Amino acid sequence: MTAIDDRAAAAPHRGQSLRRKEDPRLITGRASYTDDLNITGQLHAAIVRSPEAHAKIVSIDTSAALERDDVVAVYTGEDMADLLGPLPMAWVPPGVDVQNPPHWPLARGTVKHVGDPVAIVLSEDRGAAIDGAEDVFVEYEPLPVCMDIETALEDGAALTHPEIGTNKCHEWSLGGGDIEAGFAAADVIVERRVVNHRVSGAPIEPRGVLADYRAGALTLHTSTQVPHFVRLFAALILGINEEKIRVIAPEVGGGFGAKLQVTGEEMLCSWASRKSGRPVKWIETRSEHMAVCHHGRDQVATVRLGATKDGRLTAIHSKILADMGAYLMLLTPAVPSLGAFVMSGVYDIPAVQTDITTVFTNKCATDAIRGAGRPEATHMIEVCMDQLADELGMDRLELRRKNFIPKDDFPHETALGIVYDSGNYEGALDLLMEKLDLPALEAEKAELAAKGIRRGIGYSTYTEICGLAPSRITGPEGFGLQTGLWESAIVRVTVTGNVVVYTGTSPHGQGHETTMAQIVADKLGVDPAQVEIMHGDTGTGAMGLGTYGSRTTAVGTEAVARAADKVVEKARSIVSHLLEAAPEDIEVHDGKFSVKGSPDKGLALAEVSGVAHVQPEKMPQGMEPGLEETSFYDPENFVFPFGAHACIVDVEEDTGKVKVVRYVAIDDCGPAINPMVIDGQVHGGIAQAIGQALYEHVMYDDTGQLVTGTFVDYALPTAAELPSFETDRTETPSPVNSLGVKGIGEAGTIAATPAVVNAVIDALKPLGVTYMNMPLGPEAVWTAIQEAGQ
Amino acid sequence: MIPAAFDYTVPGSLDEAIDALRDGGEDAKLLAGGHSLVPLMKLRLAAPTLLVDLRRVPGLHGIERQNGSWRIGAMTRHAELQDRHDDLGVVAHAAAGIADQQVRNRGTIGGSLAHGDSASDLPTILLTLEGTVTAMGPDGAREIAAADLFQDYLTTSLDPLEIITEVRMPAMDGWGHGYQKFTRRAEDWAMVGVAAVVRKNDDGTVAEARIGLTNMGSTPLRATAAEEALVGQPLTAEAIAAAAGHAADGTNPPADRNASEDYKRHLACVLTGRALREAAGLA
Repeated sequence: MTAIDDRAAAAPHRGQSLRRKEDPRLITGRASYTDDLNITGQLHAAIVRSPEAHAKIVSIDTSAALERDDVVAVYTGEDMADLLGPLPMAWVPPGVDVQNPPHWPLARGTVKHVGDPVAIVLSEDRGAAIDGAEDVFVEYEPLPVCMDIETALEDGAALTHPEIGTNKCHEWSLGGGDIEAGFAAADVIVERRVVNHRVSGAPIEPRGVLADYRAGALTLHTSTQVPHFVRLFAALILGINEEKIRVIAPEVGGGFGAKLQVTGEEMLCSWASRKSGRPVKWIETRSEHMAVCHHGRDQVATVRLGATKDGRLTAIHSKILADMGAYLMLLTPAVPSLGAFVMSGVYDIPAVQTDITTVFTNKCATDAIRGAGRPEATHMIEVCMDQLADELGMDRLELRRKNFIPKDDFPHETALGIVYDSGNYEGALDLLMEKLDLPALEAEKAELAAKGIRRGIGYSTYTEICGLAPSRITGPEGFGLQTGLWESAIVRVTVTGNVVVYTGTSPHGQGHETTMAQIVADKLGVDPAQVEIMHGDTGTGAMGLGTYGSRTTAVGTEAVARAADKVVEKARSIVSHLLEAAPEDIEVHDGKFSVKGSPDKGLALAEVSGVAHVQPEKMPQGMEPGLEETSFYDPENFVFPFGAHACIVDVEEDTGKVKVVRYVAIDDCGPAINPMVIDGQVHGGIAQAIGQALYEHVMYDDTGQLVTGTFVDYALPTAAELPSFETDRTETPSPVNSLGVKGIGEAGTIAATPAVVNAVIDALKPLGVTYMNMPLGPEAVWTAIQEAGQ
Repeated sequence: MIPAAFDYTVPGSLDEAIDALRDGGEDAKLLAGGHSLVPLMKLRLAAPTLLVDLRRVPGLHGIERQNGSWRIGAMTRHAELQDRHDDLGVVAHAAAGIADQQVRNRGTIGGSLAHGDSASDLPTILLTLEGTVTAMGPDGAREIAAADLFQDYLTTSLDPLEIITEVRMPAMDGWGHGYQKFTRRAEDWAMVGVAAVVRKNDDGTVAEARIGLTNMGSTPLRATAAEEALVGQPLTAEAIAAAAGHAADGTNPPADRNASEDYKRHLACVLTGRALREAAGLA
């Protein structure tokens, strides 16, 4: 047998594009989302929300609503005095003062943004609840609004929270190396204002809650990425013992960070269920989602990037102004800082500095949306790299290659003291250029230009920090998150030899039921179809911190793998005992635990499990019955996926319309578990980033009214706007975990916006356009062309 | 989203439908394809007390050629128009670009014209082709010319008790045509749209040109200055460019978050050039 055959026999499923186990139920409409669940006796909730961006609540008249036959109850913030505390914000960076005004599930006295909840109406019928909400009359006394972060800190600016006395929320810095010396050593410094505008996560399933408090216990179904966080904070806020709360994330139709949250609605419905003695169901409408589910990004940065005249980077400094919105939610102020950790990108830069100032405005809160800080940082770096190349008169890829951290320099400690686990940036870029066929693209340029079409090519070479964990860095004494970020898993072999895996992560579309099954199946010598992955339920066993920050494979699946390894160890002991062979001579081969060199002599997992459960007396002396193991895993380091992306755009000179004609992505997330699942994550990530670069923009007017309240105005791109993505991979293992894997859920979103923007600028260079900020809608592009021509 | 409560009736004849409208009072609304009305109801921007569904009213369907015109039943879906480029010409062209296929499968020509949204495509086509609608009311039927139908934003000259039964689009045999719709996303309403139909003399000069503008005002508009500039000219790229420069003359387009007035005027000129080149076979 060749070495390759051996590997395939030992791990026949890893690396295969197995069809996703979750897809049949998702595709055929058999999945159960929160709105599919109903509990006898439930009430439907509708939430009365503020039409004002900032106002004092003068009075709330609920009498007309209560007079309706079909309205059971109406509650306001005053009714909720029994809450033990406001909604959580989980970041306390050591030594940094963060202003955190109280944020309640229902407003108390004032409203701070359009959509701020004021009252909840409960009815037997959902339509009637909405009718009832229209009969709650709230008198508002409007207050001045603060809508612009760039003027929010000026004297005389309207204050979002007058009691704080400033719109400033906090300041935070991260630096390494001698930044002044770095810029002093530079021959060329480019400085650009880089805008990462506000976007919405916009999962196709909006949020939803079904809370059932009875007999002293709360069961809370919620469309969330973080059931364990929700349970913890429900316990703390509602004063219910944690073990009396079960939080279940049913099928979750996309999250993108929008459901990495402990929400007012979850607490409100749980509270209302306890108060009313009935289950309470609330399903978010799309309009509500656009107005009140946290947004992402919204940063304006001044980025300085310095280099010697031969193109050696000397320093990068980003001064970031970040819009918090009106309140701090779970991670709101921490998000910009996540980008600071990779502010030097894939480059060896001796001095790196990020200074962040955060600002309150009368808008919906921002928080983590796919990428959370890293897309912003990558955008700053990669757009400025092109700007610097132009300034130096140097090819932009040559500038990149010259400054790449070389592949033999990993693990690599950056100027910030962060240790990049592994990388091969040249390898990814080489493969990209192979796929791209640059000469052919260039050759078409002149022909297109004659027709008024300007073609541009943009690049982004990126790395990101993910696999959130490790607790020693992210925790209270480190970065300041008030939690450990480990994961746990239970691998249980059933009597009949099938496998049930419990994970504390909470996937919501990523495909972990398939990829985790592939890993476990290989380890235990069974088919992935025999491995069931249970997740999203605090009542089923494994504790965990949820799915976000591209952590589920690198942290959660590693925990699963380690638990499976323990099961393998126990199974080998049993088999060695039964076959009278040394445990180290037992291997998993071709679906059997067999003696090395005698593949015929062996037991299938079902036979081992049969002994462990039915005839434990045949097990080694003193061994506990059963075949089930638990693992808790807290990694030593983050993981750092990377890659090289290219975007090709055609821009209509006479209208400014940008069409993405090709998008080529090379990503490296370590050895693939399921290439198709990776492609799916990359496709979605790129689509979301193209959305930000060209289409999507959460907009408010000067009075604080939301302009983009529906999908008519919030231009989520569709398949018609996107090219067929071309993806490929390099595979550089991470030394951090036994699987060698890195996260891939956010990589596309993190990498792609600068590739698009650089492509548009490249296209318009012949017309004199040198720089633009997102979003590149047609009028913005056309205006830039006009201004450049003057 | 759940609309406010409303009553619903499905009359079996036009007379019954008119009676239902009369009995329903001022907040009774006709339901055709529902793809303008129902979204407004879901957002509670519209709250009719009664919906009179036209789906069982006979005689409102079908596409037939009659006396040099196409008679299109008011309940004809966009999807039924979209594939008939060979005979319906610019009507099919415009219908094929409305929103997405799901909307085209439900939305109707009569509903679109009665809604009277100047950002919609078919009102512009009706105006450009100088078509008419037939409206049936308590006092019988009357024919309303396109130029008289569209009065203001979402406002037509239809009486509250009148129902569009059919649409007449002149067949435009021998005319060249083009429709150019500029959107951010394929499914969006036109930021600006331009319809152009052109008839040439035997010597190749323009005998007649009609240019209609979508979303350039409170109603669909004709770009009369551009039309006049073309008449008598050879249909060359140069003449087209010169005429297209007048496409936005006299317009006062509504700005929105996607496009300022100036940009819309500019787009109207660019798209008029494209539509005319398409009509001239120069595209």
